[in-house]
Amino acid sequence: MTGPDPATALAIAADVRSGTRKAVDVLEEHLAAVAAREPELHAFNLVTADEARAAAEAVDAAVAAGRDPGPLAGVPVALKDNLCTRGIPTTCSSRILEGWRPPYTATVVERVVAAGGVCIGKTNLDEFAMGSSTENSAFGPSRNPHDPGRVPGGSSGGSAVAVAAGFAPLALGSDTGGSIRQPAALCGIVGVKPTYGLVSRYGLVAFASSLDQIGPMATTVDDAALLLDVIAGPDPMDSTSIPDRPRPVLDQLDRGVDGLRVGVIEEMRDGCAPDVLARLDAAAAALEAAGAKVQTVSIPAVRFGLTAYYLIAPAEASSNLARYDGVRYGLRVDAPDTAAMNAATRAAGFGAEVKRRIMLGTYALSAGYYDAYYGKAQRVRALIAKGFEEAYRDVDLLLSPTSPTTAFAFGAKTTDPYAMYLSDVCTIPTNLAGHPAVSVPFGSGDDGMPVGVQLLAPALEEATMLRAARVLEAAR
Amino acid sequence: MTAVAEGWEVVVGLEVHAELATETKIFCGCPNRFGDEPNTNICPVCLGLPGSLPVLNRQVVEHAIRLGTALHCEIRPSIFHRKNYFYPDMPKDYQISQYDQPITADGWLELPDGHRVGIVRAHLEEDTGKSTHVGGDGRIHGSSGSLVDYNRAGVPLAEIVSAPDLRSAEQARAYVNELRAILMATGVSDAKMEEGSMRVDANVSVRRVGSPEYGTRCEIKNLNSVRSLGRAIEYEARRQIDLLEAGERVRQETRHWDEGDGRTHTLRSKEEADDYRYFPEPDLVPVAPDDAWVEKVRVSLPPLPAARRAGLAEATGREPVDAAVVVAVERDLDRLALAAVEAGGDPARVLVHVEHNLAVEGSERLDPVALAELTRMETAGELTATQAKAVLADLVAAGGQGDPRTVAKEKGFEAMSGDALAAAVDEAIAANEGAWQKYVNGEAKAAGAIVGAVMKATRGKADGKAVTALLEQRRELTPRPGA
Repeated sequence: MTGPDPATALAIAADVRSGTRKAVDVLEEHLAAVAAREPELHAFNLVTADEARAAAEAVDAAVAAGRDPGPLAGVPVALKDNLCTRGIPTTCSSRILEGWRPPYTATVVERVVAAGGVCIGKTNLDEFAMGSSTENSAFGPSRNPHDPGRVPGGSSGGSAVAVAAGFAPLALGSDTGGSIRQPAALCGIVGVKPTYGLVSRYGLVAFASSLDQIGPMATTVDDAALLLDVIAGPDPMDSTSIPDRPRPVLDQLDRGVDGLRVGVIEEMRDGCAPDVLARLDAAAAALEAAGAKVQTVSIPAVRFGLTAYYLIAPAEASSNLARYDGVRYGLRVDAPDTAAMNAATRAAGFGAEVKRRIMLGTYALSAGYYDAYYGKAQRVRALIAKGFEEAYRDVDLLLSPTSPTTAFAFGAKTTDPYAMYLSDVCTIPTNLAGHPAVSVPFGSGDDGMPVGVQLLAPALEEATMLRAARVLEAAR
Repeated sequence: MTAVAEGWEVVVGLEVHAELATETKIFCGCPNRFGDEPNTNICPVCLGLPGSLPVLNRQVVEHAIRLGTALHCEIRPSIFHRKNYFYPDMPKDYQISQYDQPITADGWLELPDGHRVGIVRAHLEEDTGKSTHVGGDGRIHGSSGSLVDYNRAGVPLAEIVSAPDLRSAEQARAYVNELRAILMATGVSDAKMEEGSMRVDANVSVRRVGSPEYGTRCEIKNLNSVRSLGRAIEYEARRQIDLLEAGERVRQETRHWDEGDGRTHTLRSKEEADDYRYFPEPDLVPVAPDDAWVEKVRVSLPPLPAARRAGLAEATGREPVDAAVVVAVERDLDRLALAAVEAGGDPARVLVHVEHNLAVEGSERLDPVALAELTRMETAGELTATQAKAVLADLVAAGGQGDPRTVAKEKGFEAMSGDALAAAVDEAIAANEGAWQKYVNGEAKAAGAIVGAVMKATRGKADGKAVTALLEQRRELTPRPGA
């Protein structure tokens, strides 16, 4: 599954910086790949070819003038369509934001551009990042490049497809409960959910603020690290961003896993398909072969992750999505008075899953229910964080499947929301704990579809985590 | 205030919203400025655009520490919550506010009369935008459309909640005046009720005198001045007493004060109240000012009104509750008064001028030495009270600088020498023999005719008090018939 140019982002950037390739040529090759398969795959809500050409020309001009455009020089980057881009529609794959052009650009996008990256388009997602298949997009689903009859995963499905199909070597996704890692696994690419606060959320349209984190998606671990280094770091516009400047991870990845202690999470084997578990065991063996000490660990609290998540995330979402009321931007359905206009607009503008979560969250926060639902979920969240903390006393990293199954067929889970929610059972606990995790491709399932395994690490241990990911990448 | 009704007690607690006088808004860098063109001081953050995030303004925290300290509150580690409800002038359809962990709590405010009012809390929150309904009479019903100005959205507010410690409309007014004085003195807010930078809601209930329990309260909104606050409390207390005396019950509800008809009207009942679904604001981090910061702010606080009243009272030999002292501090003229007394001015005359003759613009620029000199001229009998007032007005109009003697001379208020005055008094006694005899025989008001004669003869230049003093002196020297 490669595009017209098999080169990685690192190779492209090196070539463009040295002047051996032109950014405009790199871009045209990728736009040609888009032209060839996008109609089938629907990775993008919008391809910003004109803006991308201007950006690529600017990169080439900088090189010609003897300036260094930066570590992403000329690398096409796909942006999940919940990242604000000034003057360019940002829809969150929702009717309610149709036509809205933000007057500002997200911090991560500014950093990509400042590093010489060329933004190629806005990728499809489950509406407001709520879903695991892109089937909740108001503009139709994206398709898995490995089998267009199957979902690419979600919610960052469009970004995963863009990378897997060779439309762009890099993409940005957002991960609230697994929305980067699960589609990365299903599409056979690398996806990183960084430590909460490592990457600024300014300009990421919020789903669940205490869980949302932007992260890189790439074909290789090194490329993911390259993009992570560009976007990570404090941002005065985000109060929750970690104030210390992080050490770049890319140059820390060649030390192997010799002596690292890795724990396989027992509870996360539950409910996983046998072919996925087989790949998990193979990954554990590969790490062991490379010198890591692998053991089984138990974190009982993670069993309650899904339940806690489906109270906390909808609660925050019910508040975050209140602003789509038809008053200031996006869709407005006229009605005789303001309250009726609000209701009509929201009824017409939101899809079924978004409405379901708004209702869930509103209920969980209501007077008389708060303690039993939201309050209890927060206590469970604290227990999960404590469980991880205890596990990390004995091991450096944790290992689990990313998703219980390989990519499933369209419609397989749309009638049963709970079955769909289970797709994220292995990824959700890290969001609740605020820790980093990565999904690395590790072979295929019985159906020939990609399988990903997940490495989890304590807060700000991205470098150790990606070192191990790189070992798995080499061993797959 | 006189008792609303015999046997009843009014119980009032006030919630005061004060806009903080900061350079920028509470969560973004937009200017915090009143009166600009609509929707010019806005950005993605205060418009609540998708993807935007709040960042707490440090100056807001500093103001909170200042206010909390002035109100003898504890400064506590605090967090923000979201208060969720739909309203078109609220950009995010939730308000970022403080809920169960306010930044300052548990203090008190002392009224000029010494009565202490508990401060339950003073917490921070963001203001909303402002709606204007067009076409129609300005109200939403019957209007053809609404315009929203978001300049005010995100302006920092402190909500100051008093304990139900106020027992009359008069006390409530005194509380608001004192709080306003504190807000202004500390620079925390310009506290203008007319411009809406200070807004007051009153919780009013009544109970039988001696009852240990509070009655059912009603919250009164739309109080646009200290005067309407007092009127509304008196009306509302009367309404509740009438209900109770008629054997009915008071319903807990929010009521709207109508300045036009002088009544309160039901706005919404308790059952209709919104469920705000408060939860901790995940986009902000906890605020916990450290001791060093609190201390730094504390020592930088200017003298507060209570301390200033005490200082002026001591310097002038009055009580802090004395009207002249209260007014002097309220008008920010206490420093002038103190300096004038220090420069040898007569304390009583200084206070009279501050209370009655210096309400005009520019009074604060008056040279205290000039004021002191003016009062000395008065006590020396060189100027009458009326003349002194006229001289003072000229001094203020001239920018506060100038020599009162020169001004008095220009106005023709030439000093009457003691001899000239004595001569005028003796002439008047001689010309009004009948009145004089009555006066000598103990009829005090008979002096009026003689004083009038002196005034006429001197064309008002004589000082009434000095004339009376001379008359008394002469009476002492006159043998009374039969004595």
